[in-house]
Amino acid sequence: MSFYFFSSPATFFPLARPIAIVFAWLAALCAIAGLWIGFVVAPADAQQGEAYRIIFIHVPAAWMSMFIYVVMAFWSIVALTYNTRLSAMLAQALAPTGAWMTFIALFTGSMWGRPTWGTYWAWDARMTSELILLFLYFGVIALRNAIDDPRRADRACSLLTIVGAVNIPIIYFSVQWWNTLHQGASVSLTAAPRMAMIMLTGMLVMTFAAWFYSIAVALLRLRAIILERERGSAWITGLARA
Amino acid sequence: MTDFLAMGGYGFYVWSAYGVTALAIVLEIVSVRARARAAARLTGNTGDSR
Repeated sequence: MSFYFFSSPATFFPLARPIAIVFAWLAALCAIAGLWIGFVVAPADAQQGEAYRIIFIHVPAAWMSMFIYVVMAFWSIVALTYNTRLSAMLAQALAPTGAWMTFIALFTGSMWGRPTWGTYWAWDARMTSELILLFLYFGVIALRNAIDDPRRADRACSLLTIVGAVNIPIIYFSVQWWNTLHQGASVSLTAAPRMAMIMLTGMLVMTFAAWFYSIAVALLRLRAIILERERGSAWITGLARA
Repeated sequence: MTDFLAMGGYGFYVWSAYGVTALAIVLEIVSVRARARAAARLTGNTGDSR
């Protein structure tokens, strides 16, 4: 079996659905556990009362919105370098999920900002750069829809995705580089977390739920994309006959 | 139960956040399923995408 075996849509297609189902179940289990921790086990916050419970979806969605973009950029680089169809299809399948995660991060942030900061929205660096991320996702999706030839669309979208990746460190470091209404990071790889253990646990479990959900839904979308794009090829016709 | 729904006075914000998130997830799943069905029809492949 060569290294490129699974990079063929025909080989990957039958795998996508069973993998998606496993991740969908994992996502559901993590979501149930995370919500249980978030609403039942974790106490109210000393300063924010119950309002802080939005953290259990806000932070996981915000992390996923950036992480999905990085994964998209990775597959875009692979697609441009090796000219593999499946990599471009993967990037294509991730874009809508990334956009949804960005929307959820923005909306829940706004719902959290009102009671704690007194405003739904401010044009500070963190929020503005996250909004630009949403527009980047929209831009990649729209660019693909605007180009009829899928292989040309692959190259154009890959390029736009890679260029847009410059926004990711801007989002991440915005709270350090500028004076933002948005707070700094509570969790980082280099320092001890600045929050209670049980709250952190709930947040991480919800992050796994968001991660597994994204994998499941993107793989199901990938299946549809493979069918849309490979229709008429011999292996799809064979699939239909079987 | 009422206490739980009230969320210490922050009920509107907390449940809006969770409600819209749930709605977004449902909408995404419904649209992916519709797309998968349409793609299957397109190719005549009804194999395992039911």
